[in-house]
Amino acid sequence: MTTTTPDVHYLNHEKGFKSWFWTLDHKRLGVMYMWSVIAAFILGGIFALLVRMELMEPNGYVLENAALYGFSDKLSAADLYNHFFTLHGAIMVFLVIIPGIPAALGNFALPMMLGAKDVAYPKLNRFSYHLWLTGAIFFVMALVTKGLDTGWTFYAPYSTSHSDSAVIWATMGAFILGFSSIFTGLNMLVTIHKMRPDGMTWFKMPLFIWAIYATAVIQILATPVIGIALLMLTVERTLGVGIFDPALGGDPVLFEHIFWFYSHPAVYVMILPAMGVVSELIANFSRKPIFGYRSIAFSSVAIAIFSFIVWGHHMFVSGQSDIVNVVFSALTFSVAVPSAIKVFNWVATLYKGSISLDTPMWYALSVIWLFGIGGLTGLWLGTLGTDIHLHDTYFVVAHFHFVMVGSAIFSFIGGIFYWWPKMFGVMYSEGISKLGCAIAFIGFNMTFLPQFVAGSHGMPRRYFDYDPQFEVYNYWSSIGAMVLGVGLSIALYALVRSLMGERKPAPANPWGAVTLDWQCTSPPPPHNFDHAPPVDGPYDHELVRWNDELNGYEPVDPVDGDPNLARMGSAKTV
Amino acid sequence: MIHLVPNLLAVLQSSSEQTPEGSLFFPPKASNFAAEADWLYNFIFWVSVVAFALVIAATVYLVVRYRKSVAPEPQPSPHHSTKLEVIWSVIPSIFLVVMFWKGFELFVDYRKVPAGAYQIQVEGVKWNWTFRYPTGAESNELHVPMGEPVELLISSKDVLHSVFIPAFRVKQDAVPGRYTRLWFEATMPGEFPFYCTEYCGTSHSGMITKAKVYETRAEFDEWLKSALNPYEGKSPAEAGALVWERKGCKTCHTNDGSNLVGPSFKGIWGATREFEDGSTGTVDENYILESIQMPAAKIVKGYQNVMVANGGQELSDEERDFLVAYITSLAN
Ligand code: HEC
Ligand code: HEM
Ligand SMILES: [Cu+2]
Ligand SMILES: [Cu+2]
Repeated sequence: MTTTTPDVHYLNHEKGFKSWFWTLDHKRLGVMYMWSVIAAFILGGIFALLVRMELMEPNGYVLENAALYGFSDKLSAADLYNHFFTLHGAIMVFLVIIPGIPAALGNFALPMMLGAKDVAYPKLNRFSYHLWLTGAIFFVMALVTKGLDTGWTFYAPYSTSHSDSAVIWATMGAFILGFSSIFTGLNMLVTIHKMRPDGMTWFKMPLFIWAIYATAVIQILATPVIGIALLMLTVERTLGVGIFDPALGGDPVLFEHIFWFYSHPAVYVMILPAMGVVSELIANFSRKPIFGYRSIAFSSVAIAIFSFIVWGHHMFVSGQSDIVNVVFSALTFSVAVPSAIKVFNWVATLYKGSISLDTPMWYALSVIWLFGIGGLTGLWLGTLGTDIHLHDTYFVVAHFHFVMVGSAIFSFIGGIFYWWPKMFGVMYSEGISKLGCAIAFIGFNMTFLPQFVAGSHGMPRRYFDYDPQFEVYNYWSSIGAMVLGVGLSIALYALVRSLMGERKPAPANPWGAVTLDWQCTSPPPPHNFDHAPPVDGPYDHELVRWNDELNGYEPVDPVDGDPNLARMGSAKTV
Repeated sequence: MIHLVPNLLAVLQSSSEQTPEGSLFFPPKASNFAAEADWLYNFIFWVSVVAFALVIAATVYLVVRYRKSVAPEPQPSPHHSTKLEVIWSVIPSIFLVVMFWKGFELFVDYRKVPAGAYQIQVEGVKWNWTFRYPTGAESNELHVPMGEPVELLISSKDVLHSVFIPAFRVKQDAVPGRYTRLWFEATMPGEFPFYCTEYCGTSHSGMITKAKVYETRAEFDEWLKSALNPYEGKSPAEAGALVWERKGCKTCHTNDGSNLVGPSFKGIWGATREFEDGSTGTVDENYILESIQMPAAKIVKGYQNVMVANGGQELSDEERDFLVAYITSLAN
């Protein structure tokens, strides 16, 4: 028996635009989310490259020329720069990283991991995606009308009373995207509570599900707060009610508090699912149960809880009271511990494993490096005595890129490479994919390591022109950004190429994972499973074995009538 | 490997060296806080380097050791070990407590303004800093004596700004509607960059000035005296250049022909101007005066209506006259 693609699967059982646009299938929604997020990522990436090109020299000439050649006759080059870094940040945060893993990969894989046919509320799920599209349209409207120059943080009173850009399009867009995120979280939460199959107790859930669960809690509890903050900002900007602008009797520090009350937890909406993906990858590519399952699961929950009480560490020099600063600094360190524990557990999992270095594993191992640096540099920022010097410098920029891009985006891409065979029933070229990963990894480090040094030397954030003493760091950073861009393009090329020309069909289970998502055909049938799958531990890799002919793994003891479904220890009968 | 050790030591040493140019990681240490802040930075740095090296070394070793071709089947190994997990939670926690505590102690120093500190008021406005001294003197660069505690009382007239002097390792946001403060004692004479580091719009990156440290109190006092009447003994055009610099016109208008947010002053005197509404006019004294006092009346073609009356500054009639003289003097 060689690998063949099933005749009918979720990609081809219905055809046409409408069958996709109005679909209720979590897999199709996951795939559409993925392509949409990739498109947004490319747009945000173009802005990033423009910003880096401008910063290659202390008085860069790129945007000056753009302004000169009539690209924009209303904006000076400095304004253009401010628009570009703002749009870059806002697109990447609200349209890419927040929905990335939970909505794209979560939607695609989570119901299958539960052996379910779909999420708990398929219509709500479709609505989430349509809200994402609507939010994206609002962002595009902001872009094509008057742009946006407030920074992704929308700090008042600049955003309420000074900026001449399309702030309301953007805040309304972010508001709508917030609801998309809340509904996704709600759906995942209920799905996990209500649709686990018999035998899947909480501690038999794959760690990806724990991560999505913890994320969902944050999405539901924190996102309404940014919604309210953005609404207040909009009201103030349109009606001149004094909430944040002191000229009207408001308080700008209040905005910072409400903003970070959401946005700090939001950084964990970005990183927790990423940690879930990495946990899956490390366990499955080591063919071993993850080390310290419970502590990884609990640390996800601990992080979710602590993330609500550390927001003030973004405001150590904002003018908030000294005692509050001290309390927030102490609390911040409490998040560092569970983050470190996860990394140690990943490394310990490798011990005595049987490690395959396929492309997804390359990404997972990259994340150990990148999150190591991103997490550790958080320590300088959580320490009061050092944050005073480093706050709002390039040190912070480098820190959050290591966690948001280095960790969250690299995990997202690793997850895409992991689930790609399942999504589209094809294998990609390992050679090209690994080349892309390696170049992106080198480019990433080249881009952001020098920024730490620029920051500790005192280069402020969001500078259009800068002191020549910072040139060397910026020069290398810009070169690195180009290398990173090349690496990511190669990764995308490897994926797209696998869909073109002569396709290499994927087996049902190319990696030897035993979570349920790998126990149906690739691509999955429209309703995922013909038989209710039996359940046991998510990392009992002995249940499957390699088959050369299949070019993948097969169950040692398949369920009658379904060659892909493994009969499991504790649940022998279906 | 053998060579790596001296290299690392060199890095360690250079990162703590005291030079006017600064070291590998830091600008010069020019205030009382710098040594301690850098020490703490280096402490976290070395703890992190060791932790990171251990994690990466273990990862590389394990991946090489247990690659599939070498270890076809996983061997039985514990799936968790309470002892190990307690160890790797507790040991980092101890370091974290030390970091927090050291950071807290330093923070207390940062916040405890010594009694009798010399107070200077700092006001940020898009995109210019003004410093006011107890004698009534005013400047756009920060001037301080060395070896004396100085307190900055910071405010903003419009949006958020942030006072940042890297060489002093101090930073504090300027928040409209309230005062914030910071203090330091300069320990090295010289001029150090002073940045705005809270995004504040178009010319955020142009909102840069200097912190000038005088070695002796006498030098500082001498400067204070001259600052009290800055225009004395200057021709109107020279005085105008000073106003242009001090009142923030410089952030938007150059004197060399290059255009920033606003048109350069170079060579506009006597030129014919086209305006956004299609009309034209000649640049003469009245036009300049009008452009300063009511900039919105005529918008130069190709520019935005972003200049507020008097560039957002308090200008005396005399200062406006100086500006007119200055712009006139920049005729081709
Ligand atoms: C925020 C940036 C900004 C600041 C600060 C600023 N200006 Fe302007 N200024 C502009 C812009 C933009 C224009 C052109 C649009 C217009 O005519 O209003 C302009 C126009 C002018 C003109 C007319 C120039 C011409 O070429 O016709 C004069 C004169 C002038 N400004 C003087 C000043 C003086 C004096 C100051 C300092 C007190 C100052 N400006 C501060 C932005 C600024
Ligand atoms: C592991 C422990 C971490 C610690 C101790 C930590 C600490 C901090 C601190 C104190 C700041 C504020 C710095 C400043 O503005 O002066 C900060 C900024 C930031 N961190 Fe972290 N962080 C950690 C992990 C993460 C993770 C996992 C993410 C996201 C995935 C993240 C994303 C960010 C972002 C986005 C900012 C800055 C946002 C901005 O100002 O625009 N951090 N971090
Ligand atoms: Cu935070
Ligand atoms: Cu600024």
